[in-house]
Amino acid sequence: MIPTHSHWTPLLGRLGPDAIPTEPIVLATFAAVSLGGIALVAALTYFRLWGYLWKQWFTSVDHKKIGIMYMVLGLIMFLRGFADAIMIRSQQALGFGGSDGYLNSHHFDQVFTAHGVIMIFFVAMPFVTGLMNYVVPLQIGARDVSFPFLNNFSFWMTAGGAVLVMLSLFVGEFARTGWLAYPPLSGLAYSPDVGVDYYIWSLQVAGVGTTLSGVNLIATIIKLRAPGMTMMKMPVFTWTALVTNILIVAVFPVLTVVLALLGLDRVFHTNFFTNDFGGSPMLYVNLIWIWGHPEVYILVLPVFGVFSEIVSTFCSKRLFGYTSMVYATCVIGILSYSVWLHHFFTMGSGASVNSFFGITTMVISIPTGAKLFNWLFTMFRGRIRFELPMMWTVAFMLTFTIGGMTGVMMAVPAADFVLHNSVFLIAHFHNVIIGGVVWGVFAAMNYWWPKAFGFKLNQFWGKVSFWCWVPGFWIAFTPLYILGFMGVTRRMRVFDASFDPLRVYYWIALAGAFLIAAGIGAMLIQFAVSIWKREEYKDESGDPWGGRTLEWATSSPPPEYNFAFTPKIHDIDAWADMKAKGVARPISGFQDIYMPQGTWAGIVLAGLSTVCGFALIWQVWWLAVVMLAGIVGTAIFHTFNYNRTFYIKADHVAEVEAARTAQLAALEKGAA
Amino acid sequence: MSYRGCSMSLLRAGAMSTQPTLLRHASRLGSLVSLASLSACSPVVLNPAGDIAKQEASLVVTATLLMLLIIVPVMALTVYFAWKYRATAGARYEPEWNHSTQLELVIWAAPLMIIIALGSLTWVTTHTLDPFRPVARIAEGKPLAADAKPLEIQVVALDWKWLFIYPEQKIATVNELALPVDRPVHFSISSSSVMNSFYIPALAGQIYAMPGMTSELNAVLNKTGTFDGFSANYSGSGFSHMRFKTYGLADADFDQWVAKVAKGGDKDSAGALDTVAYLQLEQPSEKEPVRHFTTVADGLFDKIVNLCVRPGKMCVRDMMALDARGGAGKAGIYNVAALTYDKNGRETTIPVIPGRAAAQADARTKAFVRAICVPDGVKTPVPAAAAKLSLAAPARTPLS
Repeated sequence: MIPTHSHWTPLLGRLGPDAIPTEPIVLATFAAVSLGGIALVAALTYFRLWGYLWKQWFTSVDHKKIGIMYMVLGLIMFLRGFADAIMIRSQQALGFGGSDGYLNSHHFDQVFTAHGVIMIFFVAMPFVTGLMNYVVPLQIGARDVSFPFLNNFSFWMTAGGAVLVMLSLFVGEFARTGWLAYPPLSGLAYSPDVGVDYYIWSLQVAGVGTTLSGVNLIATIIKLRAPGMTMMKMPVFTWTALVTNILIVAVFPVLTVVLALLGLDRVFHTNFFTNDFGGSPMLYVNLIWIWGHPEVYILVLPVFGVFSEIVSTFCSKRLFGYTSMVYATCVIGILSYSVWLHHFFTMGSGASVNSFFGITTMVISIPTGAKLFNWLFTMFRGRIRFELPMMWTVAFMLTFTIGGMTGVMMAVPAADFVLHNSVFLIAHFHNVIIGGVVWGVFAAMNYWWPKAFGFKLNQFWGKVSFWCWVPGFWIAFTPLYILGFMGVTRRMRVFDASFDPLRVYYWIALAGAFLIAAGIGAMLIQFAVSIWKREEYKDESGDPWGGRTLEWATSSPPPEYNFAFTPKIHDIDAWADMKAKGVARPISGFQDIYMPQGTWAGIVLAGLSTVCGFALIWQVWWLAVVMLAGIVGTAIFHTFNYNRTFYIKADHVAEVEAARTAQLAALEKGAA
Repeated sequence: MSYRGCSMSLLRAGAMSTQPTLLRHASRLGSLVSLASLSACSPVVLNPAGDIAKQEASLVVTATLLMLLIIVPVMALTVYFAWKYRATAGARYEPEWNHSTQLELVIWAAPLMIIIALGSLTWVTTHTLDPFRPVARIAEGKPLAADAKPLEIQVVALDWKWLFIYPEQKIATVNELALPVDRPVHFSISSSSVMNSFYIPALAGQIYAMPGMTSELNAVLNKTGTFDGFSANYSGSGFSHMRFKTYGLADADFDQWVAKVAKGGDKDSAGALDTVAYLQLEQPSEKEPVRHFTTVADGLFDKIVNLCVRPGKMCVRDMMALDARGGAGKAGIYNVAALTYDKNGRETTIPVIPGRAAAQADARTKAFVRAICVPDGVKTPVPAAAAKLSLAAPARTPLS
């Protein structure tokens, strides 16, 4: 039943008939996805959308479009990752009382591995990267990111990684190791099939994108701020984005190296992480968590920034303690490098080492706590409007606090000994990732959607989604907190008779997961209804929430060039300041605007990389070499493309701005 | 059965005498809180049967309470402010107010105080509850006898079952552990293939079982009864069934159990655990029944840790002794076959270089360095003369 891919042919590598899965669930999914895919391609062809997509989106270097593509990628992968979640929950609810459930271990073990990998790398990461991509240049008054082509390439590399993960569902299999693929289990001896290779190469391909987009955004924030915007006048979201991207650039190379070493072990039989010949699996565990812990902050810092923006906007009030917010962000960023060992207190480090890492972990809760207090005191004497973004924010503040507390509980090594790897841990990190990152992204979507598309999201379905998600989360994960205290461990597929009294907890958790599913459904309906009724929800002002930062100074959606004139900054809340001082919008004197040109190179290079990754997974060496040569050749060829920029002519700018002036005048007239 | 018995009191989870009074009261209160919020069937983690686990449970409760000192006010204020300052309420509005040095001081200092308290507690308990540290008492108020010697048990995580070796009693079991009550136990823990985590919630916290390494756990069980043990770290397809029962037995019952296992002849008995039996046992299998072995080969655990149970294998410790003296140079390549371990003597995973297979086979038969290494089971270091000899070995490489 478990394919071993022992054969190898020069032409097809390890690819053979056994690469096609035989499990009925996978086959049915394959059929559904194929039909859906064919329908999509047919529709795009019928409506002649290929040219539009290629020119306006796929080859675009506009940070706004790339940001939106990241969000779309995140959303699609979110549905896949959530399907995995439902499968885990229902298998665990069914696998009681001698029943084997409906998933065998070969399938179930792939599902929980894929769930973790997808949710972190291909959902949370694209979401936060997409938000940073879209919002940061607007917030700092820039026309685009520092390296627009690199930005397009980064996106497509991330998408390429996602394609490889999805492919593993239908060609071969995915890793059966857990989302961090600890050796020796992930080594060749114990995972001889292609699953771990899919894991390695999807993350390597996506990792290139993430690292480069980190470089790009750091350069953007450092170099492209509008005049007058000193570091201590940057919006908090931009600050968190800066620290996040520094973390990305510092730690993603570690992930790249550790996965490369694992790959060497698997392909060239080296012994970095094997049991024999002096290999050290614990070295892998250390290295992957040196990346893995900062990764948690990479995900959560940007949403801390989102909440900061939202709280001050919807409280119609300056953010309380801007300076301490900035310092807290930086301190979290620095401390995040010094806590990784708390993920494996139970591997037998000495008491002093464990204590050190336990205490550094607790220390992080101080700046995090300070941030919570700052949001709290921003609400104090504010005028809070409970629009959807603010609702998500309050839900976050209440939920995340509990998640933080359970995290600190496990930071005490001797307490961790009894809770490590239990479902309590599962409840904890879902508590911070869902209650923090996911809800933060939802808040951000509701907040910046009108900016991106020029119309607000439907309130009703947004609220339905909110009221399904928040109780749904607690119903799904409170049972896991409780089960953790009963000594139930994670990644169990079936439960023997002694677990029978606990079955009800898993059923409650499953019910919670279905409620969350309803929340996701409501969100999709919210998007659909909003797009359908976009005229009704139209926002022409460009500033529907009474925003305080620069992105609200321009039209919705912003013109390609963002700002006709680069604004001058005098205050942290630059737009609020401009509004208060009645700064007039310039209506004449426009000049040509120098802009980057779209390019095919990003999608082509990433496409070649993805095929190269596929060839490496299946050890089709000739194809890998051809693709590698193709990547180098294309990159060199692209350097001869001198046609990389263009001018938006002054009269075109004048036209666009005149239309905007007319729009604002009509709006004012309507209001009067 | 640890998941049943809803009536069991949780109050015992609290209070450890080594803590300051305030924390002790806090622990009691905490137990009540957990009782109220968890009103479920006996959570074994909070109400264990061993002194170490009890102290760990108490620590969980104390840490939670310390944090609730700040969590509760924050959550309450969030709800209060959200309500009081809602736009429609018309409460006091100060749009420009954004700084207060006093408040800043409080919001940084208050969590800091709590972390100082929790950090101190962490430092102390991490040392006192270090699994490698021999237990200091039998239970609260029950000091350890001066001549108390812990019971030695060697634990091996196999794919996918647990092997327990009682070296002093010279018996072994699979998926069944018996412990004498109120006697300290010292576990030496390893694994034959991948990482697992050895966890008996009723007894003590978990620690990883890792191949080629030994981790340790010191604990003491204070109650008779049957408890669950399992692997708490996913280890592959048979992981869900990698569970065993732990019996807490009175001294006499324990001796009787040992005698019964040693005598053999019952339905669980599987004869002697010699090298051959171990290598068979080591093969991946799921849902293994309980097995009792009447005797155990000498030094088996040591060989398991050194990856050299299979005849003809070179022990890791010997390789390390050689390497410590500078290694065997090119001649060391003769040892490759003897050192290859991963999974069931997986010589097949060594890449076979076309045209050189014969030389590799030759190397396998000529692992001459092994011959001057320490004989199995003897722990003396390699004599300097022998090490020199190995280094002076003819510099003929098998691949030439």
